[in-house]
Amino acid sequence: MTVLAIKDLNVTFSTEGGQLHALKNVSFDVPERRIVGVVGESGCGKSTLINAILGLLADNGSIDAGSITFEGEDLTRLGPARMQELRGQRISTVFQDPMGALNPVLSVGRQMRNIQYRSGRSRSEKDARSEAMLRQVRIPDAQAALARYPHEFSGGMRQRVAIAMALMMKPALLIADEPTTALDATLEVATIELLRELQQDIACSVLFISHHLGVIAELCDDVVVMYAGEVVERGTTRQVFHTPRHPYARRLLECDPARQSGRTRHLPTIPGEIPDLRQRPPGCVFATRCDQRVDACDKVPPDVAVETGHVARCVLAEAR
Amino acid sequence: MLRYSAKRLGLAVVIVSVAMLILFCMIYLIPGDPAAVALGPRATDAMREGLRIKMGLDKPVWVQFWNFFSAAWQGDLGRDVLSDRPVATVVMEQLPYTLALILGGISWSVALGIPLGCWAAVERGTMADRIVGVLSVAVIAVPSFVVAIYALLIFAVALRWLPAIGAGEPGDIGDQLVHLILPSLAVGLGWVGYIARMVRASMLEVLESQHIRTARAFGLPERMITYRYALTIAILPTVTLLGVGIGQMLSSAVFAEIVFARPGVGKLVYDAILTRNYPLVTGAVLVTTILFVLLNLLADLIVGALDPRVRSSL
Repeated sequence: MTVLAIKDLNVTFSTEGGQLHALKNVSFDVPERRIVGVVGESGCGKSTLINAILGLLADNGSIDAGSITFEGEDLTRLGPARMQELRGQRISTVFQDPMGALNPVLSVGRQMRNIQYRSGRSRSEKDARSEAMLRQVRIPDAQAALARYPHEFSGGMRQRVAIAMALMMKPALLIADEPTTALDATLEVATIELLRELQQDIACSVLFISHHLGVIAELCDDVVVMYAGEVVERGTTRQVFHTPRHPYARRLLECDPARQSGRTRHLPTIPGEIPDLRQRPPGCVFATRCDQRVDACDKVPPDVAVETGHVARCVLAEAR
Repeated sequence: MLRYSAKRLGLAVVIVSVAMLILFCMIYLIPGDPAAVALGPRATDAMREGLRIKMGLDKPVWVQFWNFFSAAWQGDLGRDVLSDRPVATVVMEQLPYTLALILGGISWSVALGIPLGCWAAVERGTMADRIVGVLSVAVIAVPSFVVAIYALLIFAVALRWLPAIGAGEPGDIGDQLVHLILPSLAVGLGWVGYIARMVRASMLEVLESQHIRTARAFGLPERMITYRYALTIAILPTVTLLGVGIGQMLSSAVFAEIVFARPGVGKLVYDAILTRNYPLVTGAVLVTTILFVLLNLLADLIVGALDPRVRSSL
């Protein structure tokens, strides 16, 4: 069963410099109970993707084509009321910055109670549920923690509180937007462990956004590699990490500092930069930075199915 | 919260003491002999000398300051030159009227300014937002005495809806409130504009913040997000601004009391200056200073009560 199916999704923003094509023909699935990682450098459209799924695109952004099917409903066609109903109940989100993601003037208990406003539970039932949730993310002295304010927690604890809030209504899909980027390495490992444990407990699917390849490899079942608003390669973590077929995915993996075997002062980089999304090249979006460029790259690249579930948007993937 | 209040109260005592020092220096530096002023032109040298000794003016300046300082902290602000009653009593009789006027002005500015600013922020870019913006600047630009005179002419003289002068029958709260409407509007109208602009700006800032995005991602209703998640944060700078603004309202109150012939500390100071009644002027100014410091303290305590971050940082 597929919880979330994104098909040919196109998102544009109208800006002063013209139409900005932020997502182009994005397709991938999030199967039930699986953790799907989305990886890509800054500006590749990860945040736009999240906002499109949540129905929270900025006023100047619009979904021009494609569908986002969640539990059988096409989210691109739902009204704002139904979207609001799904958010926080069936689709939940943990954001990157645990410092800014919680309201600074409301107590944690009050915020957790507000999230359950649709549940029909009594106030004491809501508080009991919040307390149980905090205990589950290992917040010490959970009952007292309800009365405390976000600034009274450490960064790692705050992120765990945010995770508790996100999972409180037992959503079918958890979107984790770089949840560990702001944490130090030790906390990162602990948070990943916790996420995995809770995911199995609640039996939800996770869409895990990160630019940390190590974390993706460790946690995710499937990987989606994004570049300049396009999915250039997707497959199981094994397929993408062991046999990357798109030149960008290959270069990205080479750039992972964890892959450096010897001591070096020079970390590899991909020369060039992301093209201006207001003037997309007609052909392959990576062609200008690609070291294996051929003439065919000037035409729109096909989505090549290399293996079952392993797809790369590159003419060279076909040739092999 | 208790420690926070105690700290702020201690700071208030220091501020009042410094204000007393400044006030003392100002009186001391005013040219002329207070004894001569008090006794008038026909007094003899001996009479003046006698009063000087009685007033302690023959002592060194630091003794004079200490006498003034310690007496003032005990509530002794000297005696009114005209009636020979204690200045503290005279000022305290007038204080409730001024206090009511200031609180009335704050009520107008808060009751109109916060909803207008909030509305303009939620409807940003629309016609409603622009109208609120233009009106805000307009009411800020009009001086309070102009508002007082026109309010009097329109609502009291032309339309006869509201009384023109006085503070109402003593003991009749309803009548006093009716008499308060126009003067407090004159004091508070400019602040409606300030607060509307301030609330709009901080609302827009707060609505952009990450935690509001999180609240939306949790599917919370827009009304809850606007009023409970955003406005509670957005009004914090406004409360601080109001605390400082009370100083300006106190000076507007002087005009309002004169235009509407209301009793009050402002009117008292005005009359005292005209009659060169210096002890009354100093006493009234000192009481006004303390009032300002106390209302400022109140504003800080309200911010502390609303913002847990402030509470624990102090």
